[in-house]
Amino acid sequence: MSTATFALRELRHQMTLYRRTWRGTLFSSVVNPLLYLAALGAGLGSMVNHHAASRLGGVSYLMFIAPGLLAASAMQIALGAATYPVLGGVKWQKTYFAAVATPMRPADIFHGFLLFITIRLTIAATAFLAVMSVFGAVRTPLAAAAMPVAVLTGLAFAAPVAAWAATRDGDMGFALLFRLGMIPMFLFSATFFPLSQLPAWLRPVAYVTPLWHGVAACRALSLGDVSAPGLIAHVGYLAALAVAGVLVGQRTYRRRLHG
Amino acid sequence: MSADVGDSDTVQAGPGESGAGGPPADSLGAPLGSLDTAASPDAAARNTGKSPATLVHARGLTKRYGDFTAVDRIDFDLVRGEAFGFLGPNGAGKSSTMRMIGCVSPPTSGTLRILGLDPVANGPAIRARLGVVPQEDTLDVELTVGENLVIYGRYFGLRRHVIRERARGLLEFVQLSERAGDKVESLSGGMKRRLTIARSLINEPDILLLDEPTTGLDPQARHALWDRLFRLKQQGVTLILTTHYMDEAEQLCDRLVVMDAGRIAAAGSPRELIVRYATPEVLELRFSLDEHAQAGERIGSLVRDSGRGIAKQVEVLPDRVLLYTSDGVAALAAIRASGLAPVTTLTRRSTMEDVFLRLTGRSLGD
Repeated sequence: MSTATFALRELRHQMTLYRRTWRGTLFSSVVNPLLYLAALGAGLGSMVNHHAASRLGGVSYLMFIAPGLLAASAMQIALGAATYPVLGGVKWQKTYFAAVATPMRPADIFHGFLLFITIRLTIAATAFLAVMSVFGAVRTPLAAAAMPVAVLTGLAFAAPVAAWAATRDGDMGFALLFRLGMIPMFLFSATFFPLSQLPAWLRPVAYVTPLWHGVAACRALSLGDVSAPGLIAHVGYLAALAVAGVLVGQRTYRRRLHG
Repeated sequence: MSADVGDSDTVQAGPGESGAGGPPADSLGAPLGSLDTAASPDAAARNTGKSPATLVHARGLTKRYGDFTAVDRIDFDLVRGEAFGFLGPNGAGKSSTMRMIGCVSPPTSGTLRILGLDPVANGPAIRARLGVVPQEDTLDVELTVGENLVIYGRYFGLRRHVIRERARGLLEFVQLSERAGDKVESLSGGMKRRLTIARSLINEPDILLLDEPTTGLDPQARHALWDRLFRLKQQGVTLILTTHYMDEAEQLCDRLVVMDAGRIAAAGSPRELIVRYATPEVLELRFSLDEHAQAGERIGSLVRDSGRGIAKQVEVLPDRVLLYTSDGVAALAAIRASGLAPVTTLTRRSTMEDVFLRLTGRSLGD
């Protein structure tokens, strides 16, 4: 029996759970970008455009931040999905332990869960891009390629974080991750302003964050301002993180569930 | 689930009477039995007797976590159709042993064969033929009763219509048919346990593993669960269970091992263990608090002086003095004759609890 067959069984489990919440998440997938783009892109943007058009490379603030928010929302969804639900599986409800008492292996649970997150990210990124085009925040059909890049950005967070979450016994670490990881990244990884605005000594920190690579790649595609080597570097970095997360997660899931 | 297969052959001559409205005892046997022959290749193998009679074989089985040895070189064999119990206090190594049999925890050393297979190399294949009732409920509480069974059946790769049919029979068996559409979080503790048992049977397992199945249940729910497990046993399902309840072991198990500190302290049928490690009767004496300690000592020397004629063994518990004896009435007469005046006395048959106390080192007699 192939690995994919088993992973699909866990995906089906996750989709059954998702049936209870999909309306809510779809609603926020549409409404959040609406609110963000209206407030920051149109509202704040109208002030920014008067003063900083040159700093933004000659595009409107709306066009500048929309792909940044696309990548950042992928990060937020991924982190939410890869933390508490995983701890629920290994600690609270212990449903993962029920699953591994069947022919399912720990890695199958992990893979199936990542497939589920991929689907959620795809829905959210597609909705986000649709809202962006309604706002006129995309310049080129190439922007459609920002969808898979946003999904990959999410996976670059989801895989390593789920791998780590499977080792946890409490949710203390998650609060730290959100406060010290997610929020600073959200604010300082070029989502809202170009990295050139950061002090020079701080820029290298931004360069290693996965979010910056996601933002940069989504922005290049959405503005139609793509340099092949740059895009390959960003996508490669994100893919490397996702793959590393998968490899580590296969181990941590096995240790936790088949110890 | 081999015994009911034979029944189903006769039942199948007249299809349709799969026990709808019939007594609950039949509700598992008939629908599962007919499905057995229809859907599962394993069932065919079972009918022709191809699978081995020894379902679990362990020699020198050991599990260590770092420096801690949870299971220490234990040997046992489990035969098809029997109900086998691991009895012991918390931390004795019961759950670790169960996890190894369940192929979710590789042995550190020793030999373990389950259904003739090596659990490390053939984990998924073995697990496909096991049913597991874990110590804690591991249900999807946000899903309905029915959805829980569907998800679990899917993990075994069962087809939807097979799951649906089996789920109907199983929910009837565990008396949850009316709750099929309800969310699990609305169920009582006893209902959740019964659902977990139904879930564990969805793949028609060769062996059912139950880890402390009634821990945390109120007496009523406990008896309801025993009743269901007893029916399963009657239908020929091979059971392995762990418990620290003596009455549970006595009620459900054909054969037991008593575990203590990772070792097997004793093995045998409940009756054999009582005969070997206890006496036919136990005399329980209570004294007033200020007399208790002194009375215990005096009874101890009285028994020794009699060359253990009065009782085989004396145990002074914080609140009672126990005399293990073949004749409780005679022992009480001897105690009274010595001038001791217990406040209350009770002569009773010995139970697994007495065996357990003796074997797990809380006895003062030796």
